[in-house]
Amino acid sequence: MSRFHFPPSIHSRPVYGTLAPRAGAAQIMLADAEGAEAILSVAQADPELMRRAHVIYIPKGTGDRFTDPLRAAAPDILHIAPSYGACTQRLHRVFSAAPMGAQIYLAGTEGLIGQAMALALQIGIPKSAIQTEHRGSVARRVQCVHCKGITEDVMTDPFQCGHCGLNLFVRDHYSRRLAAFQGVCIDAEDPGNVPAPVELYS
Amino acid sequence: MSAGPGKLPVIVTAKVKLNDLVTRFEFAHADGKPLPPFSGGAHTVVEMRDGDVTRLNPYSLMSDPVDPTHYAISVRRDAAGRGGSMFLHDKVQVGDRLVLGTPVNLFALDLTARKHLMIAGGIGVTPFVAQIKQLQTTGGAFELHYSARSQALASYADDLRAAHPKRVKLYLDDQSQQIPLERLLSGQPPGTHVYVCGPRGMIDWVLATAERLGWPPEAVHSEEFLAPQSGKPFDVELAQSGKTITVGEHESLLEAMEREGVDAPYLCRGGACGQCETGVIAHDGTFQHHDHWLEDDERDGSKIMPCVSRFEGTRLVLDR
Repeated sequence: MSRFHFPPSIHSRPVYGTLAPRAGAAQIMLADAEGAEAILSVAQADPELMRRAHVIYIPKGTGDRFTDPLRAAAPDILHIAPSYGACTQRLHRVFSAAPMGAQIYLAGTEGLIGQAMALALQIGIPKSAIQTEHRGSVARRVQCVHCKGITEDVMTDPFQCGHCGLNLFVRDHYSRRLAAFQGVCIDAEDPGNVPAPVELYS
Repeated sequence: MSAGPGKLPVIVTAKVKLNDLVTRFEFAHADGKPLPPFSGGAHTVVEMRDGDVTRLNPYSLMSDPVDPTHYAISVRRDAAGRGGSMFLHDKVQVGDRLVLGTPVNLFALDLTARKHLMIAGGIGVTPFVAQIKQLQTTGGAFELHYSARSQALASYADDLRAAHPKRVKLYLDDQSQQIPLERLLSGQPPGTHVYVCGPRGMIDWVLATAERLGWPPEAVHSEEFLAPQSGKPFDVELAQSGKTITVGEHESLLEAMEREGVDAPYLCRGGACGQCETGVIAHDGTFQHHDHWLEDDERDGSKIMPCVSRFEGTRLVLDR
């Protein structure tokens, strides 16, 4: 099962729901890795809706495990992208061309959901038109508050910033603008005193 | 301090007949003071003293919201109404003194919107006239789709089209023209808000179409002022005031309370704003709810909106 129930945390920390089919002038779906399962459950609930859907999917190491079932669900458009970065231009165009009433479905990892959410809001899509469902990895997209570099798919706490090399404590404090959790130097006052990294939610 | 909005003494500075149904009234402050600015979509409650009867009717302000020298309203003659519009049309003249309520806005533009799509039916165009003036100063994108019975009855259509030829579109019933609502609501860019003001049927049509096409409720705005409906007279006990009053055939419960000196709260007097919501302590009879405010589970005898709703039965006790 690819669902993980995040323990309650501070208000800043995003919470996710469960995708459900919704009537709308357009149906736009974006998922990575196990997020495909959430899209497939929408397709199962409403196969007709799926026939009007534009699906963008990033397998992210799952090979063709989900691409074949997604193809079988017969969306209007299915675009397979190698990474989020590789599909941002397409996503920008699709969101910008979406009429009011379009329904947006985001599923998969927090990094993907957060970045696509920020892009959609920036384009003017109302928040209430966007549904999210977390699936798969609990890895986080983290911004180093010191050098501002963003590291994708952080799995441990603390971790070493991929940009400046500081040892960062991963907070639940989240930036919706940046779609990133905040990483703060853990050994600033006692350099070198760094606890052993622990896998997130282990 | 009255329970209603503040009061502005004004003098009628112009009375302009636009067509067979609609007349515009313009007001300046009676003491020459500046009138407060408002936001597009705001209304004012006009106090009309017609012999023994006092009427307070809401009308949308349609003058420039930042022009302190005058307010303007446009009033549609309603021969079947309770007489407020007829009083203004037939009895109020330039130079008369009136009292207006300070502006209240229940139909404001959402300024976070990227574009404003306005849909007007008949006299429902008036709040949009003020909103368009407001948007001209901020450069906001808008379109007005305006439906009227005929060219002659399309108040302000010529002015609006002359000023905004690419943004204002007129549809005339007598030429079988209809707003292409489905197409309009299917092709709006992200961040558009839709606003509708007009007859009930048009509002319902827009709300239902927007919902079916997936528009989020917060991007859909509507305004309809209800006139209080006449009905059988009924008695009401006011528990807080210790009075028992009779609501006449052609007055509202709110008006009857005011006549008896009960300072009841109100803002819109049209069943929309919720300000006059009143608790029901006891009742034996049936309610005629006419408001847009109460939830269905509040209409079972727990609350009433005295500006537009009535009662038929043997006993009604209100928490007022």
